[in-house]
Amino acid sequence: MLDAIASWWASFSNDFYRNFILKDRWKYLANGLGKTLEITLFAVIIGIVLGFIVAIICSTFAKTGKLKIGNFFCRIYLTVIRGTPMVIQLMIMYFIILLPLGVDKTVTAILAFGINSGAYVAEIVRGGIMSVDEGQMEAGRSLGFGYVATMWHIILPQAFKAVLPALANEFIVLMKETSVCAFIGLNDLTRGGDIIRGVTYSDFMPLIAVALIYLAMVMVLSYFVKLLERRLRSSER
Amino acid sequence: MNANNVLIKVQGLKKHYNGGAVKALDGIDCEIHSGEVVVIIGPSGSGKSTFLRSLNLLETPTEGSIIFDGADITDPKSNINRHRQKMGMVFQHFNLFPHMTVLKNMTLAPVKLLKKSKDDANKTALELLDKVGLRDRANAYPSQLSGGQKQRVAIVRALCMEPEVMLFDEPTSALDPEMVGEVLEVMKALARDGMTMAVVTHEMGFAREVADRVIFVDQGLIVEEGTPEEIFGNPKSPRLKDFLSKVI
Repeated sequence: MLDAIASWWASFSNDFYRNFILKDRWKYLANGLGKTLEITLFAVIIGIVLGFIVAIICSTFAKTGKLKIGNFFCRIYLTVIRGTPMVIQLMIMYFIILLPLGVDKTVTAILAFGINSGAYVAEIVRGGIMSVDEGQMEAGRSLGFGYVATMWHIILPQAFKAVLPALANEFIVLMKETSVCAFIGLNDLTRGGDIIRGVTYSDFMPLIAVALIYLAMVMVLSYFVKLLERRLRSSER
Repeated sequence: MNANNVLIKVQGLKKHYNGGAVKALDGIDCEIHSGEVVVIIGPSGSGKSTFLRSLNLLETPTEGSIIFDGADITDPKSNINRHRQKMGMVFQHFNLFPHMTVLKNMTLAPVKLLKKSKDDANKTALELLDKVGLRDRANAYPSQLSGGQKQRVAIVRALCMEPEVMLFDEPTSALDPEMVGEVLEVMKALARDGMTMAVVTHEMGFAREVADRVIFVDQGLIVEEGTPEEIFGNPKSPRLKDFLSKVI
């Protein structure tokens, strides 16, 4: 029994050494993690900005009938982005649109993921805006606020609070989805693990390590979202 | 201001839905004078709420004009947001902003729209809260208040904008019976202070006691108007008689 454990440990530590320590191979993971975080962070920012703008346009149209043309283009955007796979969007963005212009892979990925995420954020936020009671808009308007000011000060804060869990979920999905960056040869976390597999011919160590790192990131993100939610919920005590 | 000054003049106000199939308002003419308390009564679906909500254009009239403070606010070129600052409104369902404290609810508009300093706005708000007995609730959130407290906050929130007229849209209809009194008291005090008020309500006692003029609306038209004594003591039209026999 002890022998079995000892021999398992020997092969485990040997594997670990070969995959991560030897020739500083852990740096593939570390650098890849950096890229994954960079792409996720900026894509989230683009997604939020784009998503809120699209959501406001769509819900304004739904409530007042204004912004008809804007709403039309938003619907096309939502349909196309949600109707095609992320990987395909990424490859179209890279090989067809941006590569000829000489745009960097990281920027390409940020744009592709940001634009993709924006569509999902828009649907989430639109639902949030529509769920805020009509009386809130009337109360804001009756005090003398314009439509935009009422949106900004009164409707959006409530909508944001209502959809925060759904938004957090979207960003968790986005972060994991960036693993398809390998399709355009971008050295993110997943590709870092693949490179190690390619040179060490072992599957277990690199794949499990990559999985654990994603898991840890998601758990950290979830923790912060929970903190934020608790803060925002202070008005419901 | 002279009590005979016309503050709001409504001419031929119509509100039609579905291209005229539904006539919520079918030609209302009415004047509201400065310092006057006008109570609007009528059966449900009569158009009384639509009429009140038209006064600050929460409902866009199909036809007719509303002159407020000498300006035609139904003119598309007029800036309705500016006019609304001078017309406070209180809703049946309070419509307090749930994500803000009572104080923030009250100071948001004065700070953002009247460009008051935060200190100034807070001071005014606290004084008003004092008057309605809610100073100690200044930092509470709306969800922590009772219905009556919410409605009192909604009233003083509107007052923070120093309006020239206050519009009340069934302010006590969503309240538990034991909370109606505290809200009506605030409204009575407001009337005593000389505020111009237009009130849609089912509280006939309030109408009798506080109104300078009572307007009976039915099927989108003013059927009868007069002093509370005339309306309640000597109703003329059969529809008003019928209505009063059901509510009193």
